[in-house]
Amino acid sequence: MLSRTADHLFWMSRYTERAENTARLLDVNYQTSLLPQSAEVAKYGWQGLLSISELLPAFTQKYDQITPEATMEFMVKDESNPSSIISCLRAARENARAVRGDLTTEAWETQNTTWLEVKRILRGNEFERDPGQFFEWVKFRSHLSRGVTLGTMLQDDAFYFSRLGTFLERADNTARLIDVKFHALNSEFFGAATEEDQEYDFYHWSAILRSVSAFEVYRKVYRDTIKPERVAELLILRPDMPRSLRGCMHEVVANLDRLKNEQSADTLRRAGKLLADLQYGRDEEILATGLHAYLTQFLDRVNDLGVGVSKDFLVPTT
Amino acid sequence: MHKFDEMYEQLPYAGAAVREHYKRYEQWLARQPIDLMRSRREEAELIFRRVGITFAVYGAKDEDGSGTERLIPFDLLPRIIPSDEWTTMQKGLAQRANALNRFLHDVYHDQEILRAGIIAREQIENNAQFRPQMMGVDLPNNVYSSIAGIDIVRAPDSSGKGEYFVLEDNLRVPSGVSYMLENRKMMMRLFPELFSQNRVAPVAHYPDLLLETLRACATHTMSDPSVVVLTPGMYNSAYFEHAFLAQQMGVELVEVQDLFVKEDFVYKRTTHGPRRVDVIYRRVDDDFLDPEVFRPESTLGCAGLMRAYRAGNVVICNAVGTGVADDKSIYPYVPKMIEFYLGEKPILKNVPTHVCRNKDDLAYTLANLKDLVVKEVHGAGGYGMLIGPAATQAEIEDFRKAIIAKPDGYIAQPTLSLSSSPTFVESGIAPRHIDLRPFVLTGKEVQMVPGGLTRVALKEGSLVVNSSQGGGTKDTWVLEGERRGTRAQAQTQTQSQSQD
Repeated sequence: MLSRTADHLFWMSRYTERAENTARLLDVNYQTSLLPQSAEVAKYGWQGLLSISELLPAFTQKYDQITPEATMEFMVKDESNPSSIISCLRAARENARAVRGDLTTEAWETQNTTWLEVKRILRGNEFERDPGQFFEWVKFRSHLSRGVTLGTMLQDDAFYFSRLGTFLERADNTARLIDVKFHALNSEFFGAATEEDQEYDFYHWSAILRSVSAFEVYRKVYRDTIKPERVAELLILRPDMPRSLRGCMHEVVANLDRLKNEQSADTLRRAGKLLADLQYGRDEEILATGLHAYLTQFLDRVNDLGVGVSKDFLVPTT
Repeated sequence: MHKFDEMYEQLPYAGAAVREHYKRYEQWLARQPIDLMRSRREEAELIFRRVGITFAVYGAKDEDGSGTERLIPFDLLPRIIPSDEWTTMQKGLAQRANALNRFLHDVYHDQEILRAGIIAREQIENNAQFRPQMMGVDLPNNVYSSIAGIDIVRAPDSSGKGEYFVLEDNLRVPSGVSYMLENRKMMMRLFPELFSQNRVAPVAHYPDLLLETLRACATHTMSDPSVVVLTPGMYNSAYFEHAFLAQQMGVELVEVQDLFVKEDFVYKRTTHGPRRVDVIYRRVDDDFLDPEVFRPESTLGCAGLMRAYRAGNVVICNAVGTGVADDKSIYPYVPKMIEFYLGEKPILKNVPTHVCRNKDDLAYTLANLKDLVVKEVHGAGGYGMLIGPAATQAEIEDFRKAIIAKPDGYIAQPTLSLSSSPTFVESGIAPRHIDLRPFVLTGKEVQMVPGGLTRVALKEGSLVVNSSQGGGTKDTWVLEGERRGTRAQAQTQTQSQSQD
């Protein structure tokens, strides 16, 4: 297929996934902010969110103070913020429009309707009235768009590029989500000293689980109280968790393998190596490295894969 | 002045007799409550938006300041053409397309028509659309304009009966066919019962005919030719149509940066390396095809494309240089071309035209500006036009100066009273002026689907149907003659439309 077409499909999926994960992240913070907590802790939460999204400098340029309202406005409605939900949905739709002929009618109409609807919703005050419901909506539009793709598209290169984009983005976003607490407190989290901290930990980790729809899964798999190392195992190493790093990397490797061309061997090799590290990794090793350091390294490697995909397939030099 | 309405014998509508082929539809329409029609219209608008059947307006903004995409207003009331009128029109269109292709071949080869003195040499050679690079280039089947959009209007003759005239030929990159197809789809969705009551000739096989035409343009050295649609990109006003046609034909939609030329062959950049391209259905103007040849300062275009083209290693549809034949200054000569090349009488009439480069015509034009429509020969899209009866004295004087300064830049035509057709507007059903653009495909033979795109001037009294100036569109029905099978067969045809 055309390199440009592949590029649009890849980014269409990445932006859709990014919008979804931004909604997940905001939803978690919003729900947590409804719990009794000190103003300072609440502020750390929003600050952490901006920090893992690498948006703190852009935010402080526009706003004096980190407040829930300002952060949500910046992350949802601000079109000058390229990572806001509206910017992601616009970019997803623009990419889809550029290749609408390569999508099924259903897939295109889903993207287009999402865009028309989000404009309508954000024009009124529906979002402010009930942010939680808006975040749910964003998640479900993303589910729908993925489901429509899966349910209607021929499984050819177009489909694989779209899937590749989804899982590469999800790997990145999940890693950031797990790392959110480091950013919030700017410290490692294991071995919380006081009882208060432990209690905070519980809410924090259950919030993270909820943000990736994994709270019930955790209970089902471990039948245990929420323990940070188990959360890490579930979201990093479990092969059967659809949003775990290993789950995502498995899909990345599978799709890269289907797409391989004359240049892509090294990108595939590096992706496979990253997957192998997850396959044969153990939670003790991660903890020994330090979770934040581990995740930082993971994000670098995912970023590097994105560069490789781009070079091998999307913007080839003649 | 006489008026002619497609549905009613005369205006106003109240109490007017209905033309024979509209009778069944009129009975149906009379039973529809106005509120139902309103809600159908809203439904249509919603669907068009969701499907993204829009056109881009450069520089325009939506109310929320974001998009530049507009819907082309769709009118719920179809325009109906009886089968005998269509049969004649179809013959006339094929004849005209043939003559124009013969003319283009002649202009770029032996120039017999110039030597015969029928058209002055400087009218060709001084024409900006004449491409000297095309001299002596041989094209497959000698076809230049594989896809032609020929605009037809109807106006009353002296007795008040309607008569068809060709208003202009579009031989470069005529657009609008996607609206023809989507309008039909929409009508079948909104009013399915109409299609079981009326024997409407199907149009949905147009993309198949188009692909067949494009493949027929390939040279014999291209086995299983690779066809692409070339678009200027998603911000072009007709982008929807480009994407739509590529998808319907199952071929790749490319932009110019997706193509490159190596050793006089054209390739597209794919995820598996370069792949050959044989036939390009281009929807970009000549000027932006190849910077080596047309616009050295432009970064747009595919360098070397013309070399590949002249070497016969790629086919470009429509051919480069077709604009020399659809210019308004050449239009008056088309009836003569038909006689010259085909030895036939023209089946479709031209609108009587005064060519201001001729002294007598110029004098007549200047003396009658207030009654005439004056057009710049290179104008398009309803711009650069004077409609005498509707113009102010100042506008007329401006045009007079312009014409005197550059007579060969203008033609003049009598103000035609374009036929009207009942149209659903705010106040209810009212007459609005319409035209028709059938799409004529020339590959190994001439083919077309029945009808075409009907455009309608939604403003009361307006004669300008262009979408850039507030025009809308209608579904166009050619009714099949009674002799062709039963009603049940007509229905199945509208569902599986790839035969014929």
